[in-house]
Amino acid sequence: MINAIPNEKIDKIIKSYPYCRDFFEAMVVDYPPKNKYQLTVKEYFDSLDSYELKLKGIEQENLVSLFVSFLENMEERQKSVQWNIESLTIIGGQNKYGERENVSICLKPGDVVSIVGPTGSGKSRLLGDIEWLAQGDTPTKRKILINGTIPPQSWRFSIEHKLVAQLSQNMNFVMDLSVEEFIKMHGESRMISDIEEKTRLILEKANELAGEEISLDTPVTALSGGQSRALMIADTAFLSSSPIVLIDEIENAGIDRKIAISLLVTNEKIVLIATHDPVLALSAERRMVIKNGGIEKIIETSRNEKEHLHELEALNQKLMNYREILRTGGSF
Amino acid sequence: MRLITFSGPPSSGKTAVIINTIRALKNNGADVAVVKMDCLTSDDKELYQKENIPVGVGLSGNLCPDHFFITNIEQCFEWGMKKGVDYLITESAGLCNRCSPHISGVMAVCVIDNLMGINTPKKIGPMLKMADIVIITKGDIVSQAEREVFAFKVRQANSKCLILNVNGITGQGCTEFATILSEAQEHDAMTGEKLRFAMPAAVCSYCLGEKKIGEEYQLGNTRKVEFHD
Repeated sequence: MINAIPNEKIDKIIKSYPYCRDFFEAMVVDYPPKNKYQLTVKEYFDSLDSYELKLKGIEQENLVSLFVSFLENMEERQKSVQWNIESLTIIGGQNKYGERENVSICLKPGDVVSIVGPTGSGKSRLLGDIEWLAQGDTPTKRKILINGTIPPQSWRFSIEHKLVAQLSQNMNFVMDLSVEEFIKMHGESRMISDIEEKTRLILEKANELAGEEISLDTPVTALSGGQSRALMIADTAFLSSSPIVLIDEIENAGIDRKIAISLLVTNEKIVLIATHDPVLALSAERRMVIKNGGIEKIIETSRNEKEHLHELEALNQKLMNYREILRTGGSF
Repeated sequence: MRLITFSGPPSSGKTAVIINTIRALKNNGADVAVVKMDCLTSDDKELYQKENIPVGVGLSGNLCPDHFFITNIEQCFEWGMKKGVDYLITESAGLCNRCSPHISGVMAVCVIDNLMGINTPKKIGPMLKMADIVIITKGDIVSQAEREVFAFKVRQANSKCLILNVNGITGQGCTEFATILSEAQEHDAMTGEKLRFAMPAAVCSYCLGEKKIGEEYQLGNTRKVEFHD
């Protein structure tokens, strides 16, 4: 099918690949006008003014092959919407002193693992290894298995197979769009069909997370810190293609972290939380201790720790209550 | 020697990416030298020297940086050969979005950042659309959704390139990037190699120092804005 494209008529291509409009948009080439619908793709590109194309930095003879690989990419992208991961296995390698890690951990969708360790201890290297699907070819010599096997090497370079979505404290929205336009744009880039339903869902969940109500017509850049975080999490839960979510420290303000994590968990994400906060660290079933660039050990959260967690949560709640009292002008 | 050409808009993080990548290349036992092309002045020489990376600096001054780059690439290459390095990295800023510094058969890298806005990929010409590798930086300060959309827009503007997200501060992604560079083609010289696309042209009276405004002062290769109303 793809090979035949250069000789297909424009009107047929437009019907079969409606998203081909983006090609003309991205290359800054005129979209075919109605009176050229009967030309073939090759004839159409040949009919353009080659001097005009040169001014825009385009080589006319390359257009057909660029167009074909554009469509190939978009087709591939549509297919990978149903990308399923049953497990992620991290097989230990070595720390920065060359000492063996002697650990292996298997994570399944819905698992929550916290990552603890001093700043600079190697958390981003661990993330890097997962993203890169390391096969003993990074400084840590770790190996990453997907569904128990070595994943295809092509995944490393495919933006459709990005394993890890990251959420961190210093992230901000920078696009000049309203909340609604923003979600729509993200949905379109994923080439999903039910964008309206997804938008409704994301807004509803973001509002459950955020203390202050978010409306669809608010510019994303005008959201408060808590609202931004809430929208980012809800959006990642429903629209990000990445099966693994790394949360790098979410601040304990303006957002309900417990609901946030459960939202990701119910959407079948594997959640890794890098944190210094004891409540967050103990809320995971397991925690990885990172030291000297290596995974030092993996600790299961004990029953004793779970009991302490209740205490810590109560303390936390107390702190939040005082915060709310002061914030709303009260005194005590 | 492998020549790797880096280009990208100012402040997109080229130097930071290059330094982190060179650290990774050195870890693999490779020797690397850098030629930094800039316009008026460059403070990056010290950054490279601090890392013990041999560095040459070229200032284009009143010349088009692209033209300056290509008229010097042979000498840069020879300098690298003399240093006996495995990799020579050239760094040049793409200032006009129509820049086109890539050479056929030479690994071409374009660095852009997530803060540039989603319309940027289509606005950049051959520098991005004909690059082999597009590196996207500053992903740590924008949302996940924006990162995904931005990468998608890059993919739409260049469907054949590799897209890598790199953090210029922590260097996350650079080890991986260094692995890819080891697959770059090797060359003995640059003489006779060819640009992938013609560079922006400008041979007009203003190139030669004209300062006055007016038709009668305009000679050579000029073009006019068309108003359609």
